[in-house]
Amino acid sequence: MRWMLKKDLLILARSRLLVGVLIIYPIAVALLIGLAISRAPSKPKVAVLNLSPPGASVELGGRRLEVAHYYSALLQQIQVVPVSTRAQAVAAVKSGRALAAIVIPANIATQLSSVTNQGQIEVIYNGEALEQSFAHSTIEAALAQANLELADQIRAVAATVIGELVKGGSLGVPGAPQSLPGLQRIPGILHGVLRHEPPGAHRAALAQVAEFAQFAAQNLGISGRVLKTVSRPIAVRSTLLHGRRTPLDAYAVVVAVSISLMFVCVLLAAGGIALEREEHTLARLVRGLLSRELLLAEKLLLAAGCSLVLAFAMLAGIGAFVGLEWSRVAQWLLALAFAALAFAALGVAIGALAREVRAASLLAFLLSLPLAFLALVPAGAVAGGLYDAIGAISFVFPYKAALQALDAAVNRSAPSLAISLAHLLALTALFAALARLGLRRVE
Amino acid sequence: MSASGEPLLVARGIAKRYGEREALRGVDVEAHAGELVAVIGPNGAGKTTLLSILAGAQPASAGTVALGGTAAIGWVPQQPAVYSRLSVAENLELFARLERVADPRGAVVAMLEQTGLRERAHERVQRLSGGNRQRVNVALGLLADPAVLVLDEPSSSLDPRQRERLWRFILGLSERGRGVLFSTHNVAEAERYARRVLVLADGELLFSGTPAALARAAGSDGGLGFEGAFVEFLRERGH
Repeated sequence: MRWMLKKDLLILARSRLLVGVLIIYPIAVALLIGLAISRAPSKPKVAVLNLSPPGASVELGGRRLEVAHYYSALLQQIQVVPVSTRAQAVAAVKSGRALAAIVIPANIATQLSSVTNQGQIEVIYNGEALEQSFAHSTIEAALAQANLELADQIRAVAATVIGELVKGGSLGVPGAPQSLPGLQRIPGILHGVLRHEPPGAHRAALAQVAEFAQFAAQNLGISGRVLKTVSRPIAVRSTLLHGRRTPLDAYAVVVAVSISLMFVCVLLAAGGIALEREEHTLARLVRGLLSRELLLAEKLLLAAGCSLVLAFAMLAGIGAFVGLEWSRVAQWLLALAFAALAFAALGVAIGALAREVRAASLLAFLLSLPLAFLALVPAGAVAGGLYDAIGAISFVFPYKAALQALDAAVNRSAPSLAISLAHLLALTALFAALARLGLRRVE
Repeated sequence: MSASGEPLLVARGIAKRYGEREALRGVDVEAHAGELVAVIGPNGAGKTTLLSILAGAQPASAGTVALGGTAAIGWVPQQPAVYSRLSVAENLELFARLERVADPRGAVVAMLEQTGLRERAHERVQRLSGGNRQRVNVALGLLADPAVLVLDEPSSSLDPRQRERLWRFILGLSERGRGVLFSTHNVAEAERYARRVLVLADGELLFSGTPAALARAAGSDGGLGFEGAFVEFLRERGH
């Protein structure tokens, strides 16, 4: 087997394009992923036309809310492309200078002050589906954030006004009394008056007013909490049932590394065994020079070894950008090694079925890519029965198990590393056995 | 050197089935030292299957293959079975080591010398002509110094000059005492070089004898020529 390994490494070294790809690929992918997840996503370019006059404000309960505050909250979410007219805004979107345009009408403050109507702004999108989707979701999120801030301000104003009505004080509104007694104090004042009031209809009416004032003060007292509940009806409290929550960027690292490991390993193993058929050397080898089992083991070890080095280099490279636990490097290597063996076993099984390297590579690619995508389908994204079918398919191919093993090794996620490694080992045995069956035929 | 003594290779009742299809039915073959045996027959007769079974490249469904004494068998498949990205010397050394030859480097030098490939030793096989590639293929078959060499259509992809050189080389091997079995579509080669011909058709051995005996068996008085006699022989037996 030593001489076959030496021969394959020599052939690999002479395939300059393949070696180039094997060296450049992990570096490029590690850099791209590292940069992508270590930098904030770029804000979409949006043309903004603010037609509201400078200093426009909304009058609420005697308080003024500046439209500029809402505007600046919106601008924080986007890259502004300045425009002066609606026509310029439309032209900017059409030309692609901006993904979308937002037009804030001149009467936005009046619309908001009316209370009975919602304020309306205009959003203009382009027609390209992906960009439109990105711009749409970003602008929707920006508008939702700005709306929330406005709602908070309105709630704060309303709560202040109600508080002053309940506790007394000055509303600061032109025409309003300077010193309000407050609903809480009215029953006491009225009871003082009632003590000097003779029994009769007048006294009964005053007693009724005092009772109402007490009731109103009690109930309006909780209005602040009610307003808060209405503006944000549901607060989220997260509970993790098992394992450890994987940060999205660390999970992205695991996905990227496992996909790269899969492709390199499956393609190398499939190509390696198919090359023996393509060069007609398989028949020469198995006539007593090398057993089929040893030949498969050699291809499996070669592919697993090369892809392990490559995947580890990728993981280490991405680790320069993302905080990974280097103390768990032994677990990373264990997960990568077992995953590489399972992928290599799948590769040799594919290679044993194919007659030539190109067919083996195509088959490996066609089989691996959809299986990797299937393994990434989250629960709830598809109907229950379909998800179960996807789960069953993913279970008998190594990608999902490799992803789980690497996630457990890198992020301590569930299921445990040991379970995933056992799964990968079983799949290695299964595909190695299939490869042995495929190798019964030599030509 | 003429064929003599105990056979180096004896195969009895060789059969091969692929599912329902019978590729070979009870074929007997012998090869003696210094003997050149040609296996001829129409397409699909089972020539390649028979030779690959004799060479140990695939198992027979029934029958036995026995080699006399410590004799080894060398195999030269129809398609050159060599690594095209390795040089001639690298291919020879790899297979010498896999064959567990006592002195791999010595065997490489000897083979390069024997096959006239010394000048091309460090050239990658992918850059060689078809003839030189076939010489590498033959050299690999001879690495373990086998007593019997099995060649499957060795001259099929060669031009006339390359063919001539190859046959000179093979005749030399035979003269030095090796038993040689080869298959060919070119019946003129069989007539010219073989001491004995085996005629296979539909997996059945129809004839084993000298080329002259085959011509007589076809009832040819020489007017048909060897190829015509061979075709007539097959036609008479329904092939």
